[in-house]
Amino acid sequence: MTEHAAKLTNVSLQRGNVTALDDVSLAIPAGKTTAVLGASGSGKSTLIQIIIGLHTPDSGTVTTLGQTLLPRNLRALRKRIGYAIQEVALLPHMKIRENILLPAVLSAWSRAEQALRLRELLDLMSLPDSVLDRFPHELSGGQQQRAGLCRALSLKPDLLLLDEPFSGLDTRTRRSIHAQFLAMRQQMSISTVLVTHDPEEAIRLAEFIVIMRTGKIQQFGSVHSVLEQPASDYVRELLTGLARGTV
Amino acid sequence: MSARCLLLMLLAASAFGADPIVIGSKTFAENYILAEAGAQLLESKGYDVDRRFGLNGTTIAFEALKNEAIDLYPEYTGTITEVILVRPELASLSEIRDALDEQGLQLLNPLGFNNAYAIATSAASAKRFSLRRISDLRNAPPLRIALPHEFMSRQDGWPGLQAHYQFERAANGIEHGLAYEAIRADQVDVIAVYTSDGQIVQSDLVILDDDLGYFPQYLAAFLTRKNVDGDVLDVLELLGGRLDDRKMRELNLAVLDPNASYADIAYQFLRDEGLISASNQRLNFYDDLVKNTRRHLKLTTIALAFAIVTGVGIASVVYRRKRLADAFLYFTGLLQTVPSIALLALLIPVFGVGQTPAIIALFLYSLLPIARSTITAMLAIPASYRQVAAAMAMTPGQEMKFVLMPLAMPHVIAGIRTAAVISIGTATLAAFIGAGGLGDPIVTGLALNDTGLILQGAVPAAGLAILTEILFGFIERSLVVPHMRSSARPT
Repeated sequence: MTEHAAKLTNVSLQRGNVTALDDVSLAIPAGKTTAVLGASGSGKSTLIQIIIGLHTPDSGTVTTLGQTLLPRNLRALRKRIGYAIQEVALLPHMKIRENILLPAVLSAWSRAEQALRLRELLDLMSLPDSVLDRFPHELSGGQQQRAGLCRALSLKPDLLLLDEPFSGLDTRTRRSIHAQFLAMRQQMSISTVLVTHDPEEAIRLAEFIVIMRTGKIQQFGSVHSVLEQPASDYVRELLTGLARGTV
Repeated sequence: MSARCLLLMLLAASAFGADPIVIGSKTFAENYILAEAGAQLLESKGYDVDRRFGLNGTTIAFEALKNEAIDLYPEYTGTITEVILVRPELASLSEIRDALDEQGLQLLNPLGFNNAYAIATSAASAKRFSLRRISDLRNAPPLRIALPHEFMSRQDGWPGLQAHYQFERAANGIEHGLAYEAIRADQVDVIAVYTSDGQIVQSDLVILDDDLGYFPQYLAAFLTRKNVDGDVLDVLELLGGRLDDRKMRELNLAVLDPNASYADIAYQFLRDEGLISASNQRLNFYDDLVKNTRRHLKLTTIALAFAIVTGVGIASVVYRRKRLADAFLYFTGLLQTVPSIALLALLIPVFGVGQTPAIIALFLYSLLPIARSTITAMLAIPASYRQVAAAMAMTPGQEMKFVLMPLAMPHVIAGIRTAAVISIGTATLAAFIGAGGLGDPIVTGLALNDTGLILQGAVPAAGLAILTEILFGFIERSLVVPHMRSSARPT
């Protein structure tokens, strides 16, 4: 394992008329959770999509898990990355069991390995066995998101990329799934990048915070340092919004 | 990909080619009777005969003969000189035969009668407008004139007649078999008839005198190629000179009896002439139905199978590129606007007549609904699924198998279902180019103005369409999970 889970150097990307990323340089620490915090349109989703190669930067270099992204190593690299998004996108024609195990099936795991891993994942995410034979639309939002996380974790990834996975959930469900996430992080120190627009979530779940605005990084540092010394009024405002919200 | 499919289709269709004597006919009663008489006579001598009756017009019948899709069909000397050779100056039979010889064709001895075109009016209209001669049309008040489509357009038809008699009158096109009905119902005043038509007597028509000698002779005879077996032709020559005008008009009138089929009439004629003694070998109603339905299913199934492979295949490749997808949809949409009968006619110079062009036409018609629904369905798949698929390191093939196809499946099935139903309907037109199927009784019924016969094709075709709907219901149920079926989609 390298020192950095992912590293961007002078990365810029234009998406249509919008500058999604503007000369971004960033090193994501390995084995930690890094929250990418910003308003919508700040480029935070584009950031993790570039890490997994869903976009190719116009300029700059990207290194993920110590490797430069190239067409020939992309698929091998993606198998080491778990990816979960707000829409979850569980395949509607497959039961939850098949959805969770799809990456393992694609990687030709044996049945025994699949069964073992399924057990671990269900326990990890506190999903009851009863959901396995249901279709995604028959599950609650929280259960769907948990199943999505199971799928992202199924290949025991070295890097976990989460794009607002908890945003669509009601407060109570979000709290419980947050707790789940923290418990999981205690069991395994997997490098994680969590995109969120919710400062409370970032502070609660992450060790490091990246604050983004219109394609540029406003501040990057440990949660503690960012809270103590906001780099700008914008950052302060973003975080005081939190203070008001939690009182 | 589509080129390979077309090739496969050709092979599949030509694999059904056969050795029997192939007899064609055009789409009117007399031609059916003559062709059928020839067929039965040959069968009585032990020949195997394949009937490709109801070829829609002279061009199609003649092209079929030249392309060896048929071996012979009854033609008329006037049609040969005016339409086929376009040499109206040829007067004698020997001149015509010499000209045909250069094209590798030959004309057997005339059967006896002259079936010239003639202009007819109802007795009542003749009186009201004082019409006796064609010249009288020049100064008559406005008349409702209805003519067969072919007569309206060919040089020795309406245009030539108007020039010869120096008048200009508007006319509407009408199916020959329906013209008599229209004039009996007093919906038209003037129609074109054949001088041997049985209905002339029955409908109380007056034939206008061709006072300026416009219409050439139309002696009926079998037209065939020189490379057709001489023994076969010797048998057919037995019919030479056996039918005079009166006899032919009788047979043509007999066809109008709903209880008599043209096959029965041809048989009776051959019996009366002492040419055959064996009992009628024609298939009965049930055998006909089974044979036609099978053929119909064969045409539509082969066409649909190729359309599914090609349509879904091309659609799943081009949908990613908007311009390519648009171009493909535009092209298939354009094909859809070509009237089916025109498309069939366009395919004849390349593929001849019979099942091959019919299958190709049905294939082309099926492409649009299948391709359109596949492309639309794939474009409608939310980007999040494709993101997740990419993040799972799926290959394009895996993405197609696990994500795109299952999500698009309900729409794809709906498109195939539409294509199948369209094909079953359109395939009835295939009979016009000798492909057989349930269109056979419809085309024959139209030609003979026999509603019963039309229903023998139309009812089973409608039944097939309904069965297809039900079948696709089952297919959807077996391929699509309940909550994604078209009936269960959220509103």
